[in-house]
Amino acid sequence: MTISADPAPALQDYAHPERLVTTQWLADRLAAGDTEGLVVVESDEDVLLYETGHVPGAVKIDWHLDLNDPVTRDYVDGEGFARLMDASGITRETTVVIYGDKSNWWAAYALWVFTLFGHEDVRLLDGGRAAWEAEGRELTTSTEGRPAATSGYPVVERTDAPVRAFREDVLDSLGGPLIDVRSPQEYSGERTHMPDYPQEGTVRGGHIPTARSVPWARAAAEDGRFRSRAELESIYQGELGFETGTPTIVYCRIGERSAHTWFVLTHLLGFESVRNYDGSWTEWGNGVRLPIAQGAEPGEAPAR
Amino acid sequence: MSGVDSSTAALPEGFAEIAEDFLALGGRDRLQLLLEFSQGLPELPERYAEHPELLEPVPECQSPIFLATEVEGRGREATAHLFFSAPPEAPTTRGFAAILAEALDGRSVGEVLDTPDTVTGELGLAEVVSPLRLNGMSGMLARIKRQLSAKAGL
Repeated sequence: MTISADPAPALQDYAHPERLVTTQWLADRLAAGDTEGLVVVESDEDVLLYETGHVPGAVKIDWHLDLNDPVTRDYVDGEGFARLMDASGITRETTVVIYGDKSNWWAAYALWVFTLFGHEDVRLLDGGRAAWEAEGRELTTSTEGRPAATSGYPVVERTDAPVRAFREDVLDSLGGPLIDVRSPQEYSGERTHMPDYPQEGTVRGGHIPTARSVPWARAAAEDGRFRSRAELESIYQGELGFETGTPTIVYCRIGERSAHTWFVLTHLLGFESVRNYDGSWTEWGNGVRLPIAQGAEPGEAPAR
Repeated sequence: MSGVDSSTAALPEGFAEIAEDFLALGGRDRLQLLLEFSQGLPELPERYAEHPELLEPVPECQSPIFLATEVEGRGREATAHLFFSAPPEAPTTRGFAAILAEALDGRSVGEVLDTPDTVTGELGLAEVVSPLRLNGMSGMLARIKRQLSAKAGL
């Protein structure tokens, strides 16, 4: 880690406080011009939000256009990621701080993709774009301070296995710790899509049998920041009874909301093995003969 | 520009001009133009601003947007008017609405109804906002058409 962690007391209770920075920490760094080795990345749902004004010096990375393979339903490969990093002025040693809209959904998703490529020092700005704006901090449309393109980011083969689950992995672990982070209506099967997001439809509604329902937003406070460690523990360890040492899988609709929960479990609570099933409901709910449970109860794992 | 590009020749007049403007630009500048559209989205007239229940939500968009239509006259010759409401933190959605407003507001109901549903994919936006996000604009167009044909008695 090239840049020391944010020492803010508010972060120190988390399992890995070095994965978060506060708005104050970032603002102080920027004000002091102390940005050597630091690149700030904005990653939003709304692809134009960055253009309306961004944190000074921030670069934009879009999940649709930059992180997804345009043809296969998969992420970019090592060469594509290296090209993106070079264009963004990010070297393998760079400290990357990501922020975005919607309580950092897409920022967490981008961070998770960085993790697939083993980028070591990648952090979230706690509270994301909304907190930065609410505090009246500077947003600019100027490119001043934007890092110059770099070269030579290594072509790293993606390491999916530790943090990414595929359909077969989920089938193999039915009955184990599995969290569905979608809305209660999506979980029960009343809806096949998130309220207001019908275009990524599925032909069947419900949830993966035995999955517990914890909508992602329960991990976020009203201001978009993460809830305290004690509050998070009371949800995931208290209510669910999950343990940090047991491999856990999270999913949602396409893997973006569950990336937020993945971040919470992995970096804030210190779960040792959490995988995000990015195929999520848009794969499972369309998959032939995959078992589905409907209603508010988790349901039983089918006999095998 | 030397004449109409063949790929936009089949588009309705209002959209053809907009498509030419977008297609003449590279990726980053296309986004900038979409941002300009979003900034130019007309404010809701008071009669709607004070009565949000008169507006129809468009759930195909990832961000909240509401729309209303009015027609002057009856049938295909009636004049169509469009109104939109979307928050500033949803600039892409505002941009889509502004494109539809510029291309369709003040035209005849018949012209709007004849707009091919595929028009949203032909403006050069798919490469810069992703095809999935464009579904929002298709959703708006479909709702506009449905409202207009009902209101014009078609």
